[in-house]
Amino acid sequence: MDLFVEAEVGSAEFACFYGPSGAGKTTILRMIAGLTSPDEGFVRFGETLWFDSKAKINVPTRLRHAGFLFQDYALFPNMTVRGNVAYARKRGTDAATVDAMLDRVGIRALGDQYPVMLSGGQKQRVALARAFMEKPAVLLLDEPLSALDWEMRRKLQDDIAGIHKNFSIPLLMVSHDPLEITKLADTVYCLEQGRIRATGKPESLLQL
Amino acid sequence: MGYDFEPLLLSLKLAFLTTAILFAAGVPLAWWLSRSASWLRLPLQVLVTMPLVLPPTVLGFYLLLGLSPTSWIGGLFMKYLHLRLVFTFIGITIGSVIFSLPFMVNSVLAGFEGLPRSLSEASRVLGKTELQTLFHVLLPNMKPALLTGLALTFAHTMGEFGVVLMIGGKIPGVTRVASLAVYDEVETLNFAAAHFYAGVLFTISFVFLLMLFLVNRRFYRGLQ
Repeated sequence: MDLFVEAEVGSAEFACFYGPSGAGKTTILRMIAGLTSPDEGFVRFGETLWFDSKAKINVPTRLRHAGFLFQDYALFPNMTVRGNVAYARKRGTDAATVDAMLDRVGIRALGDQYPVMLSGGQKQRVALARAFMEKPAVLLLDEPLSALDWEMRRKLQDDIAGIHKNFSIPLLMVSHDPLEITKLADTVYCLEQGRIRATGKPESLLQL
Repeated sequence: MGYDFEPLLLSLKLAFLTTAILFAAGVPLAWWLSRSASWLRLPLQVLVTMPLVLPPTVLGFYLLLGLSPTSWIGGLFMKYLHLRLVFTFIGITIGSVIFSLPFMVNSVLAGFEGLPRSLSEASRVLGKTELQTLFHVLLPNMKPALLTGLALTFAHTMGEFGVVLMIGGKIPGVTRVASLAVYDEVETLNFAAAHFYAGVLFTISFVFLLMLFLVNRRFYRGLQ
């Protein structure tokens, strides 16, 4: 299936990609992060081109500063919670900053535990703290709450809403949950078979 | 009865050296094989695996021809380094490295391929280089595969016969390793000595594999 997408997200906008499985939602996030390269087109962040097939520009993932929350959390099993978050810190950042980040997402008490000991919600919090430790220019969330129960999902939705309110960065999220999208997002892009079929406010498009 | 320990010491020296060389060369090779989209990947993987299926004497024969002083490689070593490769310890080390290559590379490659892709991707989005990702994320999470490669390479080298015989002959103190000593002692009906060498080889292989299983079991229990 070909994926053909044109979209522009505002500097502090919360946008969601919605659609059936296989529509291309995760692929869009991966292309923005540089984990997958488009065949044609461009990806631009502000005035900076991250990818341009015509000009043969392809900025490596590690230089894009695009925070990414993976569906399987992707925590490093060999590192403690503190170790996972500290791994993201830039040179010159001290250990106190790591503890401050753990406090911010309410997981300081888990600092010495390994990911295998954590619940799904705790893992996702660690992943969030780690993503923000790197000071991302944009945050990409790939169905971050899909594996969680309703109560944990609601708490983390509030956390994500809080992040969006406190940090002026664009958030792009993939979700299958219309209620979640309506609660969090400013704009929703509805995808089907690799094309954006509709764009607009969640309340009007998702017909709850 | 006193036994000659020299073949055993030679086998141990050969096994340690081969394992160290293969670890240093095999891990980068396995890493490249796990990530590369090049057309070279498949033929290279076949070449790496060939020693598993080739008769050791066949491999030994071609290495003997390829390393002899009249060959291109053997000639270069003789001319510039004054080093003879065949019927020397260096020669049997080269042979062992090639013969044990799949035991290291395929084990480590399985380790790389067993890791979720999202781990290396997560490291990259956090701003880390490929080398930082390799040393801080990938290798620490595939210790069983690394240990398997090390243990199998070591144990396999200890028991090598055909390749060592073809390239090195059975020169006492130089290339007559323990596996060749067993054969010699059996041929001369000296079964006590044969038992000694065979027993030590058996014990070393058993202990290595036992340690490997125990360490891997502990690692996987820790994951659970």
